[in-house]
Amino acid sequence: MSENASVSSDRVTRSTELRRVAVTGGSVVSTLGHSRQEFWERCAAGKSGVTRIGRFVPDEFKVHFAGEVKDFDAAAMVDVPEKELRRMDRFVQFAVVAADRALKEAGLDKDSGDPTRRGVLVGSGIGGLHEIEEQHRTLFERGPRRVSPFMIPKLMVNAASGNISYLFNLKGPNSAVATACASATNAIGDAFRLIQHGQADVMVTGGSEAGITPMGVSGFARMNALSNRNDAPALASRPFDKDRDGFVLGEGAGILVLEDWDHAMNRGAEILGEVLGYGMSSDAYHMTAPDPEGRGAGRAMTFAIQDAGLNVDDIQYVNAHGTSTPLGDKAETAAIKNVFGDHAYKLAVSSTKSQLGHLLGASGGVETIACLMALTEQAAPPTINLDEPGEGCDLDYVPHEARPMKIDAVLNNSFGFGGHNACLVLGKV
Amino acid sequence: MAAEATEEKVIQIVSDQLGVPVEEVSRESKFVDDLKADSLDLVELGMEFEDTFDITIPDEDYEKIQTVGDAVDYIEQRQAEA
Repeated sequence: MSENASVSSDRVTRSTELRRVAVTGGSVVSTLGHSRQEFWERCAAGKSGVTRIGRFVPDEFKVHFAGEVKDFDAAAMVDVPEKELRRMDRFVQFAVVAADRALKEAGLDKDSGDPTRRGVLVGSGIGGLHEIEEQHRTLFERGPRRVSPFMIPKLMVNAASGNISYLFNLKGPNSAVATACASATNAIGDAFRLIQHGQADVMVTGGSEAGITPMGVSGFARMNALSNRNDAPALASRPFDKDRDGFVLGEGAGILVLEDWDHAMNRGAEILGEVLGYGMSSDAYHMTAPDPEGRGAGRAMTFAIQDAGLNVDDIQYVNAHGTSTPLGDKAETAAIKNVFGDHAYKLAVSSTKSQLGHLLGASGGVETIACLMALTEQAAPPTINLDEPGEGCDLDYVPHEARPMKIDAVLNNSFGFGGHNACLVLGKV
Repeated sequence: MAAEATEEKVIQIVSDQLGVPVEEVSRESKFVDDLKADSLDLVELGMEFEDTFDITIPDEDYEKIQTVGDAVDYIEQRQAEA
């Protein structure tokens, strides 16, 4: 399509039939590695990426540890001028590095094909918290004239999408989602819809988050939402375990390339998996606490499975939201049992947050990558630190290490403060 | 501060902020046309000049500074007034 489209000549015909959506690329920035393969190897082996915080001195904080990405150097990881990288908050740099790797894997470079048919939709729960804190300090210590002219474009939640669009010449849809910890899953689901409905052929999508800052850690700690296990950080994130005491903050990005099935086939791209269904709902119960019976969560799961045109017993693996909070894991287990009935006990259910901590608005991105790997590697990723299941947690949570098994379809769950529930169903090629 | 020293420092700041090699920055370089600075870059450069040379650049003076040489002369003048 011409970049100067006119309604009469270039209008995209409204499709009557939904198009199939392929996954043709995916990458992560994570504490378990910055490529899909590296991430999967450590994930399957049951490694933890949770350690003492190194980016600031955490001693006076209640919580001293997080799933902190220690070895990230954007300038060495992506071919973007340092001047551009300086204009990006850490969460944007994560997203740009992961997007670059995902697009390379998909074999899409910015100079080929029709850029007006490619878009971006990346979520973040918080946006540029590092930048907000730094500039806030500057404002109070040195006055308003010292505040950076780059502060606003760095801190915006949509800065990840905006920069990816600009750097990779994506001139189709360009949007962002902020639904707290459901952001990435909502982003991927919304991108899936755009391709299904013919509004783009390629979408770069997922989530990114960098909220391990003094304000991020103190804010979540003051909610009593975080684990306090300062003496053993790697054991702190223990979803569904009886000794779980809250979640562990994590950071990173998970970015996928979604593509119209025929578009991918026509250019001979390798198809890694298929997005089959997307469902969402709201709890309308409490801003931060889950509905104890997980009714909203259950509705989102049901909608996603129905949207995929599947029955519950077509699903073999569920990547749970599973944050390791006392209430959340129990409510999610109840919801899974409600939705799946007897089949719930035949499912493999696990929480990747046991290894990475909770990446907030990026969690659904890395967890969708984990789902993709479950499909391509035919193995369910584990829930580590699950030594003894807690009360009300009686499903098969794949403790400690990955389990080889036949997997044709997976469900990914993400739930966010505000009552947001988002679920995706992916299928094997 | 000697004029040469000011010029050297200005060129270093411009090079660092705009990501242009020092060899490609001269007194004649125009910030926008030659060095591809945008309006936000100019604000940030102004802040760096203020910090480094301990001067204040009022907003209305920004338009007087079109080239690297303009910046050097402006800084020298402000320092002489101080």
